Amino acid sequence: MSSPYLVGVYQPGTTILHRLPVGVKLGALAVFSIVVVVVRSAPYAFVFLAVAVLAALVARTDLRLVARSLRSVLLFAAIFAALQWLLYGPAKATETLVDLLTLALAAMVVSATTPVNAMLDAFIRWIGPLRHVGVDPERVALTIGLAIQALPGTIALAVETRDAARARGLGRHPRAYLTPFVIRVVARAHETGDALHARGIGDD
Amino acid sequence: MSVIELDQASVAVPGPDRDHDLVILEPTTLHLTEQRIGLVGANGSGKSTLARLLNGLVTASSGRVVVDGLDVAREGSAVRRKVGFCFTDPAAQLVMPTCVEDVELSLRRTVKKASERRARAVEVLDRYGLAAHADSSVHTLSGGQRQLLALAGVLATEPAIVVADEPTTLLDLANTRRVGDALFALEQQLVLVTHDLDLARRCDRVLVIADAGVRFDGPADAAVDHYLSTVPS
Repeated sequence: MSSPYLVGVYQPGTTILHRLPVGVKLGALAVFSIVVVVVRSAPYAFVFLAVAVLAALVARTDLRLVARSLRSVLLFAAIFAALQWLLYGPAKATETLVDLLTLALAAMVVSATTPVNAMLDAFIRWIGPLRHVGVDPERVALTIGLAIQALPGTIALAVETRDAARARGLGRHPRAYLTPFVIRVVARAHETGDALHARGIGDD
Repeated sequence: MSVIELDQASVAVPGPDRDHDLVILEPTTLHLTEQRIGLVGANGSGKSTLARLLNGLVTASSGRVVVDGLDVAREGSAVRRKVGFCFTDPAAQLVMPTCVEDVELSLRRTVKKASERRARAVEVLDRYGLAAHADSSVHTLSGGQRQLLALAGVLATEPAIVVADEPTTLLDLANTRRVGDALFALEQQLVLVTHDLDLARRCDRVLVIADAGVRFDGPADAAVDHYLSTVPS
């Protein structure tokens, strides 16, 4: 099984991170992310990365899987880091690269230790009071949940589209890759909408 | 058994020249009460459109579709509680990352307590031999397992009717048999769109769809033989 399919997928377990309430985990992730972004220092970036790795170890996530999943993040992080290198020099580029990996790893640890349905229940509780001003908590929570789970599906589509382009000898042509990829993502969104509609989700 | 009625129900979309509509399904009148109903026909003949009319995924351009007295256009939500829909490609239908979470999603509307929802979902998975995969990613399942999971997600809500749109088209022979057996073991009324004529022959009644209309309607063997006679050799 290719690792892209498993990005952000819940891995059952009984570690302290699995048992923590969803709110605590998401709150901690939010605070941690803000600190990572606000503190501008290359040495501290490595400290934050160490914290994220420690969290992954505590959660007993499959580190080989995490490492493989981070490869796709690494590609984007490397592009951003290269830009930073050109504009601001190597220290800033290193910090950007490490920060992005840290944020991705921290998010993966939360999603690997939290079932999506638990997140949905939490969102529904938190958004519940907004029901009085016309907000549908179930719908908002489902949208957030679908966005979280769409990541592995979208990566899988990207991999399939790249393979299809390669099979036709068009591997290095951006249009041969990007156009069908966008069309497939939109088509998948329509299919998902149909599937939700067929299951009566969003009817109430 | 439930009663599915189509009263001059048709589906048309604006044609390429915008002056004339493109007819996907011509006005069709049906009264379906059998437990196993098959729809066979060529690609693009209108089978899936007819199936999608039954739970409101497609709205009739004219006429009415009524399921157990409920008008699909006006009481769509109530109809969808009654009519489960299984798609050809389970990848489009499975929207949660793990098997148990996907079945739980189906149950969200009816079972509010999280622990009860999970127990019910595991029970449904167990029925289809998928309990061991409860916490596995849906992407790690085989094609047959994914289709069974999609079916489990539909059946979790205990619909009275299951509409399955070519559920075995993407499967190998063994998985076709597995999914077919699961479908024909259902107590629910089944509307099965299929290219698998062996499955079609197991139905009580089969409609042959061609050129946007029902061209034959009768017992399975007679309908399948009629369909075969229309296919150029």
